[in-house]
This record gives sequence, C-alpha cells and structure tokens, in this order.
Amino acid sequence: MRERIATALESRPWIWSFAAALLVWIAIAASVAGHGAMATIAVALQFATFFAIVGIGQMLVIAAGPGNIDLSIPGVMTIAGYLAMGLMAGANSGLVPGLLVGLGVGFAAGVFNIVLIDALRIPPMIGTLASGFVFQSMAIAYSRHSHAKPAPLLVDFVSARLLGIPLIALVFMALTVLAAFLLRRSLFGRSVLAIGQNREAARLAGLAVRPTLALVYLASGILAALAGILLSAYSGGAALNMGEDYLLMSIAVVVLGGTSIAGGQASPAGLWGAAILLDLVVTMLNVLGVGAGLRFVVTGIIIIGVLALARGPEARY
Amino acid sequence: MLAEIRLPPASPRVLLPAAALAAMLVLIFAMEPRAMSYFGLTLLLNFALPAVFAATAQMAVIAAGDIDLGLGPFISLVNCLAATWLTTRPAAGIVALALLVAAYAAIGALIHLRRLPSIVVTLGASFVWLGLALLVLPTPGGSAPAWLTTLLAVHPPGVPLPVLVSILVGLIGWLLLMRTSYGTVLRGIGGNPRAVARAGWSLLGGRVALYAAAGILGVLAGLALTGLNTAGDATVGTQYTLVSIAAVIVGGGEFVGGIVSPAGAVIGAWIMLLTGSLLSFLDISTDWQLSVQGGILILVLGLRALEQWRAA
Repeated sequence: MRERIATALESRPWIWSFAAALLVWIAIAASVAGHGAMATIAVALQFATFFAIVGIGQMLVIAAGPGNIDLSIPGVMTIAGYLAMGLMAGANSGLVPGLLVGLGVGFAAGVFNIVLIDALRIPPMIGTLASGFVFQSMAIAYSRHSHAKPAPLLVDFVSARLLGIPLIALVFMALTVLAAFLLRRSLFGRSVLAIGQNREAARLAGLAVRPTLALVYLASGILAALAGILLSAYSGGAALNMGEDYLLMSIAVVVLGGTSIAGGQASPAGLWGAAILLDLVVTMLNVLGVGAGLRFVVTGIIIIGVLALARGPEARY
Repeated sequence: MLAEIRLPPASPRVLLPAAALAAMLVLIFAMEPRAMSYFGLTLLLNFALPAVFAATAQMAVIAAGDIDLGLGPFISLVNCLAATWLTTRPAAGIVALALLVAAYAAIGALIHLRRLPSIVVTLGASFVWLGLALLVLPTPGGSAPAWLTTLLAVHPPGVPLPVLVSILVGLIGWLLLMRTSYGTVLRGIGGNPRAVARAGWSLLGGRVALYAAAGILGVLAGLALTGLNTAGDATVGTQYTLVSIAAVIVGGGEFVGGIVSPAGAVIGAWIMLLTGSLLSFLDISTDWQLSVQGGILILVLGLRALEQWRAA
C-alpha cells in the first residue's frame, strides 16, 4: 500500500504544489477567520493565470532538454503589451489589429530567438537574455509616445467571472489540458520529451529535432506576448516594469510544478498548483502586513529551497 | 590530464576586443577631442570601476561553467548597505558585507552539492537580494561614507583613477587565474571537472572559491557604485547583470569550458561602458542602450559561430 502511494506520487509530481497551495490557503483562511477565503482563491486564480500562460511556454522550452530556456519572456511581454495597447487606444475598433500585432510581435520574437539559437548557435540562455534586452529597449523607446489604454471588450474579457471563477483562468486551464494532451499524444509533444531526454538519440531515431525546437521557442514567444497583452488589459495599460517578475516566475512555476529542470519530462497541471501557491504566499504575506522587501526575500528562498529539496540530483546545464 | 585543460594562448582572444576598444576610443576622441585629457578620461570612464568589478565577478562564476543572473541586484544590495549601515554603523555594515560574501560562497556550495542549475538558483537569489535591498532602503536615499567618496575622487598622478584600477584588476586577475597552479585548477572546474577531481583537487572547494571571489568582487562593484553615486537605490544595479555577462563574452570568454580571460573581461567592461558614451555623442537616445549592448553580445557570438563554421 505504502509503495503504491509512493509510485502514485512519483508519477504525479504536481500533487506537491497543490498540497502546498492548499496548506497556505488554509493558513490564510484561518488568519482571516474564514472571511473572504473563497474570494482569495478567485483573486489568486486571476493572477495565477498570467503566470501559467508564460509557464506553459517556458515548460515546453525547459522540457526540450538541458540548456534550453527562454529568458526573453519579460521583454516580449512588455513590447507586445505596449504595441497592442497602442493600437487599441482604448477603443473596441482597435481590438483586432491590436491583438494581431501583439501576437505577431510574439511570433517575430520567437523567430528571432530561433535564428540566434539554431542558425548562430548561440547558447539559448544568452541568446534569449540578449534578445530580451533588445525587446525591452524597443518597448522603452516606444513608450515615450504612447500612453494607450486597452479595448473595453478585452478588459471585460480579462475581468469576467463565471460562477465566481475568473473566465480567463478557465480558458487557460483548458489550454493547459490541451498542452498536456499534445505532450502525451502528439508527435510534436513526444518529440519534445524525447529530445529533452537525449537529443542525439532522438536525432538518430529520425525525429525532427531542429523544427521541434523551433516550434517550442515560437510557442513560448507567442504565449509571452499573449500574457503581456492580457496583463496590460487587466492593469488598464502597459507598463515598462510589467514583465519584471515574470523572468523568475515563469521558471519558478515550471520547476515548483514538478517539471524536471533537466528536461525530458513535463508536468502541465503543476503549473497551476505552483502559480496559485506563489500567489497565495504573496497574499498571505500581505495579510500579515509584510512589506514588499520581505515578500521578495520569501519568494526567492521558497524557490531555491524547493529546488534544493527536490528529489534526486539531476543533470545541471 | 591537467595538461589537456590548459588553454590555447589567450592573445588572439584578447587582441580582438582590445582592437575594438581602441577603435571606439579613437571614434570618441575624434568626435570629442576634450575627452583626450586626464579629466576627460576620468569623466568618460568614471563608471568603469563598478563595471570592471562586476565583469570580473561574473567571470569568476563563468569560469566554473555557471552563470550568475543575480549579480545586478546583488550590487544594488551592497549599494543600499553601503549608503546606510556602512555610514551610520560601520561595524554592522562591514559584518553585513562579509556575510554577503559568505552567502555567495554558500550558493556555490549549494549548486555543487545538489547539482542545481546555477541559472535558477542565482535568479532565485536575485529576488532575495532585491528584497533585502528594499528592506534596508525602501526608497532611494541614504549617503555614502565620506571615506568612500573621497577614495573615488582621488586623482593619482599621470593616470586617471578608473584607468589605473582597471589595469590593476586585470593584472591581479591574470596573475591569480592564469599564472598560478590553483588558477589552472579553478579554470579546470568549468573545463574538465573530471580531470580536476582525478588530480586530487576538491571540486566543491574550487567552486566555493570562485563564488566567494565573485562575492568579493560584487561587493567592490557595489562600493565603487556607492562612492560614485554618493547615495543608495535598491534598483540601481539591475543593468550590471547583462553588462557583466556581455563584458566577459565580448572579452573573449566562453560559456562552457572554463575559457575566461581577466584582461578580456576588463576590456569587455570598458567596451560596454563606452557604448553609452558613443550613443550620446552620436545623439542617439539612451533608450536604445540596452538594445545596443544586447546587440553587441549577439554580434560577437554570431561572428564567433561564423568563424567556427568556416573553420569546420
């Protein structure tokens, strides 16, 4: 019996993040004596959604094996958010062009990263770090003459609730299920995991290694752009520092969610557990009246701590 | 075994960035002849001090085959501590800075013992540094200790201070890392760890030594920045993460194999710093500075890939 539980946990690494999130939620509910405990979850889900969106992309990249990582996510979010808001200019007529251009920016960013990594053979960590700074400085330059607002329809969408649950959380949970299905059942998903386990073996087995890697970075770029657009809409406009937290958070939700940092294995469900956990921790510290400084310290320590305690030493990059 | 991890002669690796730096200086002098004086150079290169220390700190981590994404926030934290505690409670300030160096060594040990990816650990640490900096100094302010501002305003005869310190840092780094046997061992950690272990050296000890060196250099970078800015700010160091990585690479370093060069890192730091001056002389908005710095990094790595491709 004990062994069966152990194997069940081993094959479901995402359980831990949900269990931890539940514990934190109970602690919050206890400290506010139950008042608004459900509302806390709804708010946590709202923000967790933004983490989860970029997390899906980062998870695909990290699952593709050692060395693969996308550090351009904050830059892509910011430039996509600014351009989309600029075109929307607070009117519904700008919704479609804004979305198209914003997502187009994400697509272009993905292509740019692929060129750096595949054609120029630059290590992904450095290629995406450098490209991220290029995107960020484009956003800085563009922000000088743009103070645009999101289209009202998009604002309605990102803040809509269905039975008390944020609508976009439901939408992107569905997308997570789709990603999980693709990883398990599709040629693309199986290729990503196979490449992550052993790139050379995957190549010899006849898998399309380079196109698969390209798709992974493309997906990450588009998802980062989408997160940037939705976050700008939710916050009533883009901001230059809006992507700041997402560099660490995108990696944190992947790792805390049970995806192996060494690649070759992915845990899509865990993204949500980890995203909700990280958000609830912030809520809890807020409830305790802790300032921003301590919040950052605690978040950083949780991430390093979980990583250090995670089972089994794994290959480093 | 150890003979195999010895590097090829470093000269061509350093000559190329040195030539690029010379070209940049010529361009700047042509546009602004006044920069070609003692005080012109001091003004132009003032911020070379924190950049050079940051670049050599990053170089120590890259020599271990790792990367430090928390260096910028770490420098901010040192800046905040130096502008508050070091002025008002010098003893507590010195202890705090020593603890920060110990924390860096501990991070190196953790990365080695648990075989963790340095990128995630240092990114996590960056949150800790930022948080601590905000706790020490929630809003920009404070003031640098008088001795620190005086020290950074020293005008040594003949050679401007930033030039003098840069040369010293490059020289000391070269002596320690390239001319001592333990320096070879340290570079071997990123180059051929198995050979280093077989030869009887402790990999853990080596990584801890490199991270501790990075911590010390990071503290020096933060102190230099404080002396120049004369105040503290929890976000002032952010740019140094990219600048330091780019400086090491532009200066001839590689991400794998423990291939680094202290002199190259110093030259790389100058190149990164002068892009800012060059942009302003060319009348280009500093909004684009990040782009140019990121672009230089991409360009250098792209050219290197092209060269390898042609050689193959």
